[in-house]
Amino acid sequence: MKSILEFIKKEFLQFKRDPKMFALILIAPVVQLTFLGFAANLDVKLVRTIIYDQDKSVTSRDFIERFTSSGYFQIEKYVSSYDEITEEIDKGNAILALVISNDFEKNIQSRRTASVQALFNGSDGNTAGIVAGYSQNIVTTYSQNIVLNFLNKSGQKLSSVPVISPEIRVWYNPELKTRNFMVPGIVGLLLSLITLILTSLAVVKEKEIGTMEQLIVTPLKPYQIIIGKLVPFVVLSFAAVIIILASMWFIFGIPVKGELWFLFLSSFLYILSTLGLGLFVSTISKTQQQAMMISIFAVMMPMIFLSGFAFPIENMPQSIQYISYIVPLKYFNDIIRGVILKGLGFSDLWFNAVLLLLMGITILFLSSLRFKSRLE
Amino acid sequence: MNSIEVNNLTKTFGKFTAVDNISFNVKKGEIFGFLGANGAGKTTTIRMLCGILTPTSGDAMVGGYSIMKESSKVKTRIGYMSQRFSLYNDLTVEENINFFSGVYNLPEDKLKERKKWVLSIANLEGKEKLLTGSLPGGIKQRLALGTAVIHQPEIVFLDEPTSGVDPISRRNFWELINYLSNEGVTVLVTTHYLEEAEFCNNIIMIDQGKIIAEGNSKELKSAHIKNKMYKLESNNPVEVMEQLKKADFVDEVSIFGNNLHLSVNEKLKEKNQITSFINQQVDYKVNSIDEITPTLEDVFIHLLEKGKKKVV
Repeated sequence: MKSILEFIKKEFLQFKRDPKMFALILIAPVVQLTFLGFAANLDVKLVRTIIYDQDKSVTSRDFIERFTSSGYFQIEKYVSSYDEITEEIDKGNAILALVISNDFEKNIQSRRTASVQALFNGSDGNTAGIVAGYSQNIVTTYSQNIVLNFLNKSGQKLSSVPVISPEIRVWYNPELKTRNFMVPGIVGLLLSLITLILTSLAVVKEKEIGTMEQLIVTPLKPYQIIIGKLVPFVVLSFAAVIIILASMWFIFGIPVKGELWFLFLSSFLYILSTLGLGLFVSTISKTQQQAMMISIFAVMMPMIFLSGFAFPIENMPQSIQYISYIVPLKYFNDIIRGVILKGLGFSDLWFNAVLLLLMGITILFLSSLRFKSRLE
Repeated sequence: MNSIEVNNLTKTFGKFTAVDNISFNVKKGEIFGFLGANGAGKTTTIRMLCGILTPTSGDAMVGGYSIMKESSKVKTRIGYMSQRFSLYNDLTVEENINFFSGVYNLPEDKLKERKKWVLSIANLEGKEKLLTGSLPGGIKQRLALGTAVIHQPEIVFLDEPTSGVDPISRRNFWELINYLSNEGVTVLVTTHYLEEAEFCNNIIMIDQGKIIAEGNSKELKSAHIKNKMYKLESNNPVEVMEQLKKADFVDEVSIFGNNLHLSVNEKLKEKNQITSFINQQVDYKVNSIDEITPTLEDVFIHLLEKGKKKVV
């Protein structure tokens, strides 16, 4: 026990001598959080629009006015040919081009169907989809108004028409901000970074400089070396989690709604897996550079893609979904979002926690066995 | 009494046999030299004796315990210093000492005493707070040896401790080894500086994983070098060596810097014969020829040459 404490003390002394590493662990979370919080934004706030109004009538101007007054559309330019539309969309100056045919007013007044063409820049499919939805809404409302006006003018007062009006309430994230969904995910991302990459680096470093050999000759048991190497990163992880949760609250106003103790417990269960993976990477790498490349490209990236951090797992093909079942970060992400956004806790998410515990113990156990056999 | 008894120790890596069925004994308190070229199997043997590598077959008793069955007991009785400098460069001198004594579970008062000792042998008194990485090579080496024996082991393994250290530091380091041996510590040291081997009580030479000679330096010389040895200085030693290989009175010739070492047989009656032989063949100057007592290096080269001939 004394040997392990001595080992842990040594690790912290080494952290102290390596200010870059320290900065990485303490400052990187805040920087990442801030960047991701502001940058990871899929919300569509302002749609840059160009208009090709062939009709130039009172009705067409009124129709365009509906778009601008909605607050989502900003008219960049009025154009007078299709070539210009192509040019503006190609340059990326507009997401939407609205073409109003020259018989627009005439058709409406003579009770015929008037058509409007809406062209979208679909290179960002997500945004185009959202904009199409907005446009559809405005057009539908406008058509309804025409019908009502027409009926009113013709003297048929419509006091009560049956209408279905959906009352939309969005739970957990009422303003539908992408940020609220993305930012809590950082907890999982950073924990993985610290426990996986830094752990593998720290172990390989001892091999690289030759001190690992010196440690093997001492009476230290392999499990003592493993504990001595891993515990400091557990401590750092918790420091990082606290920093992230605090800055999430202060910078973006996202508090932890659910059980904080459960979040911490789950974090611990989660890092059992990543520490194990870090240890595993260290057994297959000879140099710190190798360890870095393997942990980023072979472990971290696939894990993040399959965890539902950015892309919903439900949208993946079934076969890929099966693979995601063995990704610990998937279960941890559910817990983080559940606790932070939905205000859940142990009683709702205990099954995820149990899975993390089982996965963690298995991975850590197998990696330790491999680490031990590599030592001898 | 033997500190180390090695019995038929073998280590193979795949098809490559690094250490091939070697056996030897090391007496308590002696300095035992382990000589051989790079890749001869010295380091592999030491690593097995220290418990870093598991032998493929055979066994060894180190400090009375089997390296196969009781490796954890072996570990408390040995110190080890590897080829590479193996302290933490980013810790201070004192932190390194504290760490290793903590790992060996030294009690507080013992730590104080041993720390003082390590600092004194490394000439680092009053410099405990220096970063280890900033120390000069020779001092680092002494500090590494000090921490390797901080727990006062009976046996210490030194794997090429003086490689990459300047000659004066090397000499000082050997004084330290002598001091340890006088204290009763058994020292097993590998080196490829054959002149260092003269300081050892006993030596084994190994080549391609096999022991090719053993004994003390005197025995080795008298057992393997029967011929007279001459040192020859020339302005073109390479060409002269080629010519001398053809002379019937020369058994072996090898190059040592600007000099040649010749091992000659009874066909050589007087040393002028050498000069005249060379002058008949080529036009290079021979500056001097002196009879010398053979060094361990001569023995080693002689043995390697003999080994090669056998293979052919």
